[in-house]
Amino acid sequence: MRRFGDLLLASLPFVVMIGIWQALSVYGGFPEKLVPSISQIFQTFFRLLNEGILLSSAASTLNRLLLGFLISGVVGVFVGILMGRYRVIEETLLPLISFIYPIPGIAYAPLFVLWFGLGDLPSILLISFASVFPVIMNTWKGVKAVKPVWIRSATVMGAKESDIFRKIVLPGALPFILSGLRLGLAAAWRILVAVEMLMSVKIGLGWMIFGSQTFLNTDVMLATIILIGLIGVLMEKQIFERIERRTVVRWGMVRST
Amino acid sequence: MGHGEKYMTRPANLASSTPRRFGAAFFRGIAGLAGALVLWEVFARSGLFSVALTPPLGAVVAKLTEMISAGMIFGHTLVTMARVLMGLAVAFVIAVPLGIWMGNSRTVEKIISPTLSVLMPIPSLAWVPLFVLWFGIGNFSTILVVIYASIFTMIFNTWTGVRAINQIWYKSAVVMGANSRQMLFKVMLPGTMPYIISGLRISFGRAWIAVIGGELLASPDWGLGKIIFDAREFLDTESMLSALVFIGLIGIGIEKLFLKRLEKITIERWGMSQSQSS
Repeated sequence: MRRFGDLLLASLPFVVMIGIWQALSVYGGFPEKLVPSISQIFQTFFRLLNEGILLSSAASTLNRLLLGFLISGVVGVFVGILMGRYRVIEETLLPLISFIYPIPGIAYAPLFVLWFGLGDLPSILLISFASVFPVIMNTWKGVKAVKPVWIRSATVMGAKESDIFRKIVLPGALPFILSGLRLGLAAAWRILVAVEMLMSVKIGLGWMIFGSQTFLNTDVMLATIILIGLIGVLMEKQIFERIERRTVVRWGMVRST
Repeated sequence: MGHGEKYMTRPANLASSTPRRFGAAFFRGIAGLAGALVLWEVFARSGLFSVALTPPLGAVVAKLTEMISAGMIFGHTLVTMARVLMGLAVAFVIAVPLGIWMGNSRTVEKIISPTLSVLMPIPSLAWVPLFVLWFGIGNFSTILVVIYASIFTMIFNTWTGVRAINQIWYKSAVVMGANSRQMLFKVMLPGTMPYIISGLRISFGRAWIAVIGGELLASPDWGLGKIIFDAREFLDTESMLSALVFIGLIGIGIEKLFLKRLEKITIERWGMSQSQSS
């Protein structure tokens, strides 16, 4: 019964928003092309879903996200661990990284277009470039946060360097690495749509929105945005919370919330 | 803890805090930066890409000085900054009261938070083409994107901050006869302030991305993003890189010199420990 009440409360803003929207589209006197009615938006959503265009756009967008994120994850964790383990590397790279990190990745988009042309390659490269820095920084901090006592006692007990890395440094740094990956993925996701608009990729959710602008297809734009929101929620809840529960929470390094 | 305790309390490597180490770190940092620049210069002169695409450092510096002495870049910067500030201000005025309200009332929390978690994962830049259709090219659309990019973190941080306030403070304030006004201004707001400030810092980072992206996509007449976008048309890589350096410097300046410091001051002033980051 209480759950039902919660659901009712939660749906309240949606009902209000939908009501206001519907009123605007019917009585607001705006052109229907710009403010389509709710039913039209949902019709478009399901039509595009049925035609498969929405899903294939989403697939290619997620593909780009995954590829870019794979590159930045591997490179970021690698560089971060090197920085955490070797002080020379840390001191050499840190100022450089702290200068590049705050520049918004999206600002590089036109530059990447000049260098690598339009399409998939520059999009994926830019995505990995924009998301690599949070991964590096968090991995680095995580490795630094591993208690020296753990390493020393392992050394005393005769652990090899590879054992220390695999059994102590990596698990010890993992909570930080995971939150770095999470931040990196969020950073990539935040600009991916805009990158697709600027790189004029062949197919993708961002391109779908951008392309519809030319034809004033507001319903298509909104339908795409709904799907983007759904994907975002799923990514956060399903993937990362699950990984965290399976690893760091299970190993007792952070409490589950 | 047992006997592990006595080792753990000892600083891990005392050497890292001595001045000599600092000197070495400084020179290595310089070497890292110089190395990157040299790498660029070699790359630029190697002819792998045409010079128009990877200009040598001298050309970039010349362009940057030209842009600075012509003064145009300051105008663009001012416009971009004004958009960020306007957006952040609007977001702040909405987010902080809403966050406090949500922190105080379970009902409000239950009403608002599902909506937030649906809207938050939608990248702000996805809205740009739609905003352009509705409100046209220019300031309004760009500021709206900045608001969208920054408001959710602010709400969430304020809300978390209110819930993180020590219950004893409330109880003692009630016992000492505080009215609800005093409760808000003397207990709740100061207690939440570190969270609000760090929310502001994170929001600034997001707003900064959104404003540049918005300027690239909504192409208003002025702004740093506009410089980059225009430069592409003329293969003017020097201008692009100059604008990037400028964007980087401003971002670091605001983040490190202003917001980090503000965060530190509030946390120290109110004796708070770590607050929620990211």
